[in-house]
Amino acid sequence: MSEPAGVLGAATAHVNVSGQPPTPTRRGTELTMLGFVMGLLVFAFVIILENENRTFSPDVLLYLGGLLGLFVVSHLAIRTFAPYADPLILPCAAMLNGLSVAMLYRLDPAIAHSNAAPKQMLWMVLSIAAMAGTLWLVKDHRTLARYGYTFGLVGLFLLVLPGLLPCSLSCVGGAKLWILIGPVSVQPGEFAKILIIVFVAAFLVAKRDLFTIAGRKVLGVELPRLRDTGPLLVAWAVAIGVLMIEKELGASLMFFGAVLAMIYLATERASWVWIGIVLFMGGATVAYKLFTHVQTRVTNWIDPFADAQGDGYQMVQSLFSLGSGGVVGSGFGAGHPDIVPVVSSDFIVSAFGEELGFVGLTAIVLVYLVLAMRGLRSALAVRDTFGKLLAGGLSFLLMWQVFVVVGGVSKLIPQTGLTAPFLSAGGSSLAASYIMIALLLRVSDAARRPQVARPKPHTPIAQASTVLVERPT
Amino acid sequence: MPELVLQLTRAGFLALLWLFVLVALRVVRSDLYAASGLRASVPGVFRRNSKQAAKGKAARQLVVTHGVLAGTRISLDGRPILIGRADDSTLVLDDDFASTRHARLSLRGADWYVEDLGSTNGTYLDRAKVTAPLRVPLGAPIRIGKTVIELRT
Repeated sequence: MSEPAGVLGAATAHVNVSGQPPTPTRRGTELTMLGFVMGLLVFAFVIILENENRTFSPDVLLYLGGLLGLFVVSHLAIRTFAPYADPLILPCAAMLNGLSVAMLYRLDPAIAHSNAAPKQMLWMVLSIAAMAGTLWLVKDHRTLARYGYTFGLVGLFLLVLPGLLPCSLSCVGGAKLWILIGPVSVQPGEFAKILIIVFVAAFLVAKRDLFTIAGRKVLGVELPRLRDTGPLLVAWAVAIGVLMIEKELGASLMFFGAVLAMIYLATERASWVWIGIVLFMGGATVAYKLFTHVQTRVTNWIDPFADAQGDGYQMVQSLFSLGSGGVVGSGFGAGHPDIVPVVSSDFIVSAFGEELGFVGLTAIVLVYLVLAMRGLRSALAVRDTFGKLLAGGLSFLLMWQVFVVVGGVSKLIPQTGLTAPFLSAGGSSLAASYIMIALLLRVSDAARRPQVARPKPHTPIAQASTVLVERPT
Repeated sequence: MPELVLQLTRAGFLALLWLFVLVALRVVRSDLYAASGLRASVPGVFRRNSKQAAKGKAARQLVVTHGVLAGTRISLDGRPILIGRADDSTLVLDDDFASTRHARLSLRGADWYVEDLGSTNGTYLDRAKVTAPLRVPLGAPIRIGKTVIELRT
């Protein structure tokens, strides 16, 4: 594997092989879009101040200045480390993140002892640093494939770690998802999901043949051989195990869904999806029979109003919040989303639904969609299989997480404890989301970067010496 | 701030939010055409180009530049031009690689468009295979089997 290290630092456009005009880096488009986001955020803060009747305080300028500075830093990081990266990925992430900071700033005075906005800003500094660090460290995404199994083991360890720790170190609000170190709480599962996706992508590239061997045909669906279903069964067992010890639906759902989607991406076989869905149904039924916390979630989903003041309170308030927002919302800062418990992290979507309404929330979901679409496009355009699977898996995970969160908040599916990427308050989620973005940027950079022209061999073929040719993947 | 202004800013914020999405989709769109090299063929995107062409010189004749019939000229009068091995074609080709009814050139507005009539070996405008009607710029080579034709003033 040759590393094109020589061209990495250059920010100028290269001339294409075939003498076509040079590929534009499109960093200017990115900067313009970031400027747009910044203008929108200034607007948002003005509306919040006006609606909440707050007097102007210098901390607003601090927030806006901080956001501007961080956007510029991340833009410069991309300009340096991934000059050909997709121009829309960063602005979309910045948009969501900025709206999140504005919403937290708006929620803070309404919730007692809440300082989510300054915390989020601090986490944002770390997250952008993590993004730049990932871009700097991972010069070529294919190097990640070499450490596939290491990443897989570390990811698995991180995933189950909170479950193994004593409750005093890992329990927050009934779920054992955390590692509490003094005042800092980290959710290792957020990082585990990225590591596991890298592992699954590397594993599938290495063992892809295994998954495409046809087995018996039942009811028109080609089933894979029984022994080839091993990896999927392992993933399923891990998902169920996580559900058992961590008392958390979200993490296992996310994990299993991502593995299934990547197997489908690698093999193009619908039979895997059907097997996965059947396995999931079975696991979910067993979990429902065994665990009371799963039963509570399902009862809340079927009829939250049965216990509106007790277990169903959060769900009911979330529905009221979305309902009172209506089509155009109450306006940023004019609603009462603070009544919903845990509104700043798991239920921030309902806060946006109330204050920006259906129109605003749809726009936010569309921004997510554009982000995932650019990721999938990079997956299509990149030349190596590992990159395709990595970008495809990460984009799917992003959209899957949004679906689970928005679906949970709006009572389409049972509520889980997942966070909306970039929107929810919480450092682990934010940092993990930015690392995901960094990997997508890296893959999109590799996809759009013009191929370096190889000098044609001038020696006659009979006298030519042996040359190592990279196999096209 | 008076209530009315507040309501207007509220609506303005939502409009801006949507504008962001639309601008993002526009960037996606421009990328789509740039990547596949379809630029010239997409009506609407390069409308200005065709207008300029209309103001400038219109194609007057069709010239065969390569192949057995090289040097043949057909003056264009607005009627469609059929190209193929069939006897009733405007340009009758004697070429093993051409189909009986191979391609058609037709005038729409001020521009000539080439379309492939389901030929076996395909029609090429410059280097792109013609799968849908494509606008033919002046001097762009159209390759049909061993024959190459182009439009001239």
